[in-house]
Amino acid sequence: MSDIEITAASVPVLNKMFRFQWEKAQNCFVLLYPEGMIQLNGPAGEILGLVDGERSVAAITSELEAKFPDAGDLSGDIIEFLGEAHGQHWITL
Amino acid sequence: MANTGSPCNAQPTPPIISDDKSHGQPLWLLAELTYKCPLQCPYCSNPLDFSDFGGELTTQQWLDVFQQGRDLGAVQLGFSGGEPLVRQDLIQLIGGAHEMGYYTNLITSGVGLNEHKMAEFQQAGLDHIQVSFQASDESVNSMLSGSKKAFEQKLKMAKEVKAQGYPMVLNFVTHRHNIDRIDRIIELCVELDADYVELATCQYYGWAYENVEQLLPTRAQLERAERITNEYRAKLAAEGNPIKLIFVTPDYYEERPKGCMNGWGQVFLTVTPDGKALPCHSARMLPIEFPNVTEVSLQEIWDTSPGFNHFRGNAWMKEPCRSCDEKDKDFGGCHCQAFMLTGDMYNADPVCAKSEHHHLIEEARERAEAVVNNPDEFTFRNERNSKVFAKS
Repeated sequence: MSDIEITAASVPVLNKMFRFQWEKAQNCFVLLYPEGMIQLNGPAGEILGLVDGERSVAAITSELEAKFPDAGDLSGDIIEFLGEAHGQHWITL
Repeated sequence: MANTGSPCNAQPTPPIISDDKSHGQPLWLLAELTYKCPLQCPYCSNPLDFSDFGGELTTQQWLDVFQQGRDLGAVQLGFSGGEPLVRQDLIQLIGGAHEMGYYTNLITSGVGLNEHKMAEFQQAGLDHIQVSFQASDESVNSMLSGSKKAFEQKLKMAKEVKAQGYPMVLNFVTHRHNIDRIDRIIELCVELDADYVELATCQYYGWAYENVEQLLPTRAQLERAERITNEYRAKLAAEGNPIKLIFVTPDYYEERPKGCMNGWGQVFLTVTPDGKALPCHSARMLPIEFPNVTEVSLQEIWDTSPGFNHFRGNAWMKEPCRSCDEKDKDFGGCHCQAFMLTGDMYNADPVCAKSEHHHLIEEARERAEAVVNNPDEFTFRNERNSKVFAKS
């Protein structure tokens, strides 16, 4: 999907087409866009919640590894998800 | 709800037929703020007799409806009409809805908009502006909208929408008078840097049904337009352009009906200018008593009102829907279409090839081959023409 290389130093930014928020009624994080909504699963919500145009992939990874100490090394999963998110135009780099 | 049977109907209900009124949340709340509009498009989805319904909800009533909708799980809010810009309190409504957490969509002709209003709306929390176009060039646009200045204004506003950083959806309603210029329409959208483009062929309700002969494209026109759209999709994707082209075909060229509104009373709730709550924009035409938000709470309307429960489940179905293995996919299609074409809203949507009324659709297709384009035959959507259809 994505032909861009994402590294630990990359800084993802949410595409301004999308708004990220918690939806109580859905009990999950969602991305809202014109006339539509994407429901995010737990890990996707945790990652996108830290995408703010300032944190690098390395910073996001270490924050999530600190939050979920039992999950082990998350860098591969995070880079894979961000690649998909980029392919979907949810984020730019 | 279990079917307990009734004295006048001793037939046991086959287990495959469900009277289950279960439903999702009204994720989409469409607020038709007003029926007033400076344009007169002959395919408007407003009711023909809109001039009969003069009253409009107050600012406070709308805000109250929005909050009740939000509490029920609504997340997308559309400001529509008529032309929503006619409402002088639009900015207050946007601000209120934004604070409640809605994603707010302004669905406008762009007529009455300017860069100052647009900036104020953004500050109030407006998320997205959809500008509708009638055609890719001025003459057809003017002919269809009944306004000579509208096209220039729309172009200017579309450019301003992007300049101010809004996401932009352009909506082109296509029909036999403009569909052959689909290439030009797509190129215009690319030039305007649209994020989404809806190339939506007319759906034949309201004024569009009244004008179906002058609107319905031929099959050849439609197939050509779809082919060209696909060519542009491939070309634009290869260029790395993220623009999304959404091509909506008229169901008159389908053999199975659409799953209308993703099911009656499942995700969508419209409130009309005078407060009627409807499961779709057209449902006002049906012989069903729909509740008014000034009298009944939105929760009661959505969860238990007879109007919203009317076509939930499939216990209402007749043949061929009742025994059809696709009934959970299309829910019998569109009840408004069944009502308009056959006079009985419980019939299968005549778009379905299994319907005994399908010939009505086939005849409309045949007429499309024979009709000569003549804009003078349009019945334009305006107050004067509406009075012809009004009861009072």
